[in-house]
Amino acid sequence: MFETLLSLDMTPFALSFKLALITTLILFVIALPLAWWLSQTTSKVKPYFETLTALPIVLPPSVLGFYILFALSQNSPLGAFFEESFGIKLVFNFTGLVIASCFYSLPFMVQPLQSGFEALNKNMIEASYICGKSKTQTLLFVALPNAKAALISALVITFAHTVGEFGVVLMVGGSIPGETKVASVAIYEAVEIMNYTQAHIYSAIMVVLSFLTLLGVYLINGRMKRVGV
Amino acid sequence: MIEIDITKPLHGVSGEMLLEAKLTIAEGDFVALAGESGSGKTTLLRILAGLEHAEGTIEVSGETWQEKSFHMPPQKRGIGFVFQDYALFENMSVIENLLFVQKDNVLAKHLLEIVELSELSHRRITTLSGGQKQRVSLARAMMKRPKLLLLDEPLSALDPSMRTKLQQEILTLHKEFGTTTLMVSHDPSEIYRLANRVVMLEKGRIKSEGTPKEVLLQRSSSQKFSFTGELLEIVEVDVIKVAVIAIGQQLVEVVIGEEEARNLKIGQSVRVGTKAFAPIINHV
Repeated sequence: MFETLLSLDMTPFALSFKLALITTLILFVIALPLAWWLSQTTSKVKPYFETLTALPIVLPPSVLGFYILFALSQNSPLGAFFEESFGIKLVFNFTGLVIASCFYSLPFMVQPLQSGFEALNKNMIEASYICGKSKTQTLLFVALPNAKAALISALVITFAHTVGEFGVVLMVGGSIPGETKVASVAIYEAVEIMNYTQAHIYSAIMVVLSFLTLLGVYLINGRMKRVGV
Repeated sequence: MIEIDITKPLHGVSGEMLLEAKLTIAEGDFVALAGESGSGKTTLLRILAGLEHAEGTIEVSGETWQEKSFHMPPQKRGIGFVFQDYALFENMSVIENLLFVQKDNVLAKHLLEIVELSELSHRRITTLSGGQKQRVSLARAMMKRPKLLLLDEPLSALDPSMRTKLQQEILTLHKEFGTTTLMVSHDPSEIYRLANRVVMLEKGRIKSEGTPKEVLLQRSSSQKFSFTGELLEIVEVDVIKVAVIAIGQQLVEVVIGEEEARNLKIGQSVRVGTKAFAPIINHV
């Protein structure tokens, strides 16, 4: 038992967490202005952007994966451009996984942030404008610090959701050990070759880690509500 | 000199109406905006602040704030605004709320002294009482030394004694900084105490304007007391009937006749009046 644990290859987990971390950071930068704009705008195009943002929640990951694969492969203009100009391949490697994950996890970053901003006292935002602060300054110094609970939820859920992705990763990344073989794919393969011991251990680790991450979010959010941060 | 000539369609509870305000305000004036809720007072204030757009022109001491399709953003108007719900930045301490507007330590400390909050300057906003929060908000509004100070029912959420104290502080600030002040208020005593001019709005139009004396005493200039209140209960005591009426914070018992009792309904809004031949006035 002990030996089985020690001999276990933990690379898929390291890869999953690396992917999740990078995706979360990139998405934070992209989603912050988007969520802020969605929360403040009264524009008629808002529902269309909200729908686009939410699409990855309802689409089968295979659909998303297929389109991303199609758009990024060497046969597409975009894929060809990156290959020729920078010598970077965008599919079946880690870069491709990051791009795919950013699409896949976008709603999980945008939606909590957006509802966090929408729940803020509108007068507080307006007070900041009257104080002479621009929209960007208001976002960074007033809105974001007052939506801490939403920020933490967005970061953690995006991270956890990226760790948990499977379909998109398999479509875009395949299963190259140390490059694109993340934890969820490793479990799938273990089951396929009927290595149930490994599948059990990998799955148990996923359950425990996910439980702890989510528990952390709820504990922090509960604490914040109590002290009124 | 502030010259306002604006129109804006409003979608109020009582249906569509047009806010039409043509108004000239002299520099240093303290103007109270009065009128029933839904009459457009707050909207007018927000249009002046640049938080809402309207048709027409606004000119403030020769500077155009709004005309045709041009709207100067609120950031550039150099105004102070106090919201009914304080609208403080809860992630900052008391003094940080002031310094966020402008890094002027001397002014911030001076303002906190006027509103008597010097000792609480490093406290978190969430630990303050309503009155203290509104004082922070008032001090924050003065950090830009505004030409125009806009107050949207700033004291309506506070208890009467706190209200009186803050009225004094508002007046002190208005005088010391020489601002022109516009305040939305429902409270006649507050208007009487602070304003030198009252503008009464009704359904989006200016119904009357003048000094508080002219506007507020107009209706009841006869020697009569008249108060509106809510009829809470009619109690039968032996052969007479007593109506219990809530007027403001006070409960009043009034003896009424059989006929009157029949015409009144519990929960109704009623007026209690009497001729004031020889009222007794004592200091409290």
